[in-house]
Amino acid sequence: MTVAQPPAAPTGFPVGNAPCVVRANRAVNDRYRHLVLEAPPPLCRATPGQFFHLLCPPFVDNEPYLRRPMSVYRVAPEEQAIEFLYNVVGAGTRSLARLVAGDTMSVMGPLGTGFTIEPAYRHILMVARGVGLATMAPVVPWACRRGIRVTAILSARSPQDLMEREFAQREDIRVHPVFDQDGTSAVGRVEALLRGILDADRPDAMFTCGSNRLMTLLQRLGTEYGVYGEIALEQQMACGLGVCLCCVRPIRVGGEIEHQRVCCEGPVFDLQQVAGTWRHG
Amino acid sequence: MVDLSVRVGALTLKNPVMPASGCFSHEFGQVFDLGRLGALVTKSVTPKLRKGNPIPRVAEVSQGMLNSIGIPSKGIDHYVRETVPLFAAHSSPLVASVSADTVAEFAQATAALSVPGVAVIEANISCPNLEADGHAFAMLPDTTYAAVSAIKRATPLPVWAKLTPNTGDIKAIALAAERAGADALVVANTILGMTIDVNSFRPTLGNVMGGLSGPAIKPIALRLVFQCAEVVSIPIIGCGGIARGEDVVEFMLAGATAVQVGTASFVHADAMIRILEELQAFCEARGIGRVADLVHRARVEHEPIEW
Repeated sequence: MTVAQPPAAPTGFPVGNAPCVVRANRAVNDRYRHLVLEAPPPLCRATPGQFFHLLCPPFVDNEPYLRRPMSVYRVAPEEQAIEFLYNVVGAGTRSLARLVAGDTMSVMGPLGTGFTIEPAYRHILMVARGVGLATMAPVVPWACRRGIRVTAILSARSPQDLMEREFAQREDIRVHPVFDQDGTSAVGRVEALLRGILDADRPDAMFTCGSNRLMTLLQRLGTEYGVYGEIALEQQMACGLGVCLCCVRPIRVGGEIEHQRVCCEGPVFDLQQVAGTWRHG
Repeated sequence: MVDLSVRVGALTLKNPVMPASGCFSHEFGQVFDLGRLGALVTKSVTPKLRKGNPIPRVAEVSQGMLNSIGIPSKGIDHYVRETVPLFAAHSSPLVASVSADTVAEFAQATAALSVPGVAVIEANISCPNLEADGHAFAMLPDTTYAAVSAIKRATPLPVWAKLTPNTGDIKAIALAAERAGADALVVANTILGMTIDVNSFRPTLGNVMGGLSGPAIKPIALRLVFQCAEVVSIPIIGCGGIARGEDVVEFMLAGATAVQVGTASFVHADAMIRILEELQAFCEARGIGRVADLVHRARVEHEPIEW
């Protein structure tokens, strides 16, 4: 397997660290927001699954101290833009939500190891839950431009929360939405849906993000059908560069369990190597 | 042009800014030139293989963070074989931080770490001592003395003793380390703390308690440096909440010869470079030709009443 490698950094330092100007920051629906940053070229080299470490600005009543890792939703070097989809859940994202066009924030990245998408793939299956959809979205244009067909199962609380358009980005892909509201997102129902896809039109690889339950299901089906899979994990971080060792998760390597860093060895891991479901920080 | 060099015992550093142990590894080379630092201090290694603590390992607090990472370690041999060569190309001296469960293990590990490429042994005696009910060696003068003297006997290299702020009597600890032969003191480590999530009623850290660091602890660390400087004549390396050039000035005025920067590098990966540039700019603006002239120059006009 080869990981898609970004081109060499022009600065001599592979990780960029620069102030970025906010171009837009608007609500997509009741839960999610879309942030567009103007980013210098070294930051626009991100590949699908990589993340940026955002210094969310302090406000008098809300003062996040550490940076927040956020997987990139869209990278557009031709527009000098990097984009994020986020849900306001804590001090960091509360602060992000207050940014307006023209504000500046410090951004470090791209960081981490992204998805492995072999050019020889013909068909891939993506299973995303909630905001995990944002992490996986960059795979869609990447794959479509290389003639790889994409089938996606998108899981959300309700149709209002589903960001199907944001995910597909005008590419011609097959989407199966499932919801908590009508029970279609229950593991048993998703398993039946997955088996249908795996039986009729077996993908070369499966990618997932956003749900421990879906991870466990895909690990089981991946083994049964012999389909390679990858998962993007989330974990609380401090440095984002592999120094502090805060963001480790248990990963199976050759029969042993190792603590690997989500920021460096991840955030994307071989689906079958992820050991156990850990409570999110 | 400001002379930024400082002398820590027999060792001359090109400038007083270096990383704090646990907050530095070669990965920072992806962001800035490591050769600009006064020294390179690596995360503590232990003779035993250790996996570290359960997650979550970090919790954010106001102007700082709590961590309970533990000391994941691949052992001394791995450090000598894999880590030391990573820094061979840099002109800044490598400071190997070592930690161990017993005095004998400390000595053995120190001897094994005393290899070409390592310039200084930093003895992390702030870690739990298994021979003393898990209390850190540096909590008490006797255990401080026992550990530091054994470490000194085990190596020809300079030994820096890293003290804990969690002791009640920092001056007695500093004196014990000096008497045991420490070449310098690192003052100090993180302060034990905890947070509880009021939604889940659970402690936020996987290990319940952890070390508090960042600007939140700076006044405490500064006070500890000041108190140590009153009683010892060996150099002191200040550590705790340093995030700006003026923080370095403050620590030097309190009695530090050099400083270590930890948590600030997690917020700004190139924080040490910015701090160094700010320190230089401060000296230029004030007409201070040698940064070493700041050491222990705080104007204390009245002896403080002892607490």
